[in-house]
Amino acid sequence: MSDDVIYEIENLRLSFPDMAHKPLFGAAPRIEILKGIDMRIARGDVVGIVGGSGSGKSTLGRAMIRLLEPDSGSIRFNGQDITHLEETALRPMRRRFQMIFQDPMSSLNPRQTVGSIIAGPLKLQGFDRVSARVDQALDHVGLPRRFRSRYPHELSGGQRQRVGIARAIATEPDFILADEIVSGLDVSSQAQVLNLLEQLVRELGLTLAFISHDLSVIRRLCQRTMVLYRGEVVEYRDTRALFEAPEAEYTRELLDAIPLPDLEQVWA
Amino acid sequence: MSFLTIENLNARVGTAPILRDVSLSVEAGEVRGLVGESGAGKSMIGKAVLGTLPTAVEIESGRIVLDGEDLQALKPRDRRRVIGAKAALIPQDPLTALNPSRRVGPQITNRLVDILGWTRADAGHRAAELLDEVSIPDPERVMRAYPHELSGGMRQRILIASAFAAEPKLIIADEPTTALDVTVQKQILRLIRQMQARHGTALLFVTHDLGVVSKVCQSLTVLFGGMVLEDTRVEQFFARPGHPYSAALLAATPKYTDPDASLTPVPDAVIAGVEAEIEAHDRMHGHV
Repeated sequence: MSDDVIYEIENLRLSFPDMAHKPLFGAAPRIEILKGIDMRIARGDVVGIVGGSGSGKSTLGRAMIRLLEPDSGSIRFNGQDITHLEETALRPMRRRFQMIFQDPMSSLNPRQTVGSIIAGPLKLQGFDRVSARVDQALDHVGLPRRFRSRYPHELSGGQRQRVGIARAIATEPDFILADEIVSGLDVSSQAQVLNLLEQLVRELGLTLAFISHDLSVIRRLCQRTMVLYRGEVVEYRDTRALFEAPEAEYTRELLDAIPLPDLEQVWA
Repeated sequence: MSFLTIENLNARVGTAPILRDVSLSVEAGEVRGLVGESGAGKSMIGKAVLGTLPTAVEIESGRIVLDGEDLQALKPRDRRRVIGAKAALIPQDPLTALNPSRRVGPQITNRLVDILGWTRADAGHRAAELLDEVSIPDPERVMRAYPHELSGGMRQRILIASAFAAEPKLIIADEPTTALDVTVQKQILRLIRQMQARHGTALLFVTHDLGVVSKVCQSLTVLFGGMVLEDTRVEQFFARPGHPYSAALLAATPKYTDPDASLTPVPDAVIAGVEAEIEAHDRMHGHV
């Protein structure tokens, strides 16, 4: 089975210095963000990671693609231990795991054209046929090729997020981390971007971790769901089962708090 | 009786119309949702009522009547006094709405002192009372705290208390829970509803979330491109939306209990239909 596992995370711990409580001299105390996370992601899985603010969901995501270095525990990606790998050793691997960010306006360089934004990681990773690959990425996300010469501010929010997705899939990664990528969008473009992701997962066989605070979106997109609360895993299992019969009190609380667009659900 | 009536309000930026013949009213004790996607003009309507429109926006025609006073007919100075005494805002982002360098207490009481001419002591009492009413433990301590010392939910409670402080006739809540976690959002929405019901305030609730509308509003106005598409009761809306765009918006709204039927993109044909309506409207009113 282990060759089917893309991520294997064991007892992952990560802390940040608590600068608000740093004494004048000496080291700042540490705040534990991740308190021993265990997680496995199989190839082709779409995993939802959900939790409130401060639950550690974004920190976990950033540790997975090694934008952050954990204190202890281990992260194995495609069987290789990347927990404490140096940046020079990580760089060639980065084309295998990519990220789509929450706010496309601030994660896309406003001074670069769409074409050069998507070409960025391709050039950095020494790909050949960069131009053809940029076109292909645009095709995949359903943007016309003439958008190559446009700038981010000329696009709508949904189109900008498509550019973010195109950049992430251009290097043909094994794994994509999507952190709250639809939370800034209107519901109509939200639905379009989610449909696009579903389609790309099918067509390109992507493995996806989808971080969100919105359980409705996770229910639609993900096969497995992990619920985090204050740096610990509350539940991690099949999405349908988790929604239909939540085991943890916190999961139930989260579900009850979502305002459903109907009048049948009444808040006591 | 209606605390807010907007009649045929037209506003533009340069030559571009941003509000097109908007009419709506909010009765005493009513919660009306103002719903639309970005660019629909929902926040603009709130700003027009509160007199906080960006300077580039010009009101062309129409009336805004707040508790019997026609705001457009008043001199700017009188208008500000009327708005300050009769209306209040619950803003979107509780962190930017509070001055980070000042303690919380004076930020609540200033309104009472400056606009209503209360004494500092009376205003202080009232603020403490209100903080208690919005379930803030130890109001005296919180009033001495700075905004950064409080959680997001706590800050939003303070702004709610502050909005109700002068017993306004109308409160405009502009996406008051978008910055909050769902569990906190639930508490805050309930609190707004409770406070509104207890004080009999008219509430105009600006939101993009139809889920939220179903939990707090009795009626709603659906906007697109600064134009009212539908004005209806929630029972009617959720049973049978009256405009194709409303129906599409409802189908696009995520619903975890029905994952396959929700999150349907708004069809291009629907958007094209609304845009045609807007064009027809502009042609009739002499815009290009």
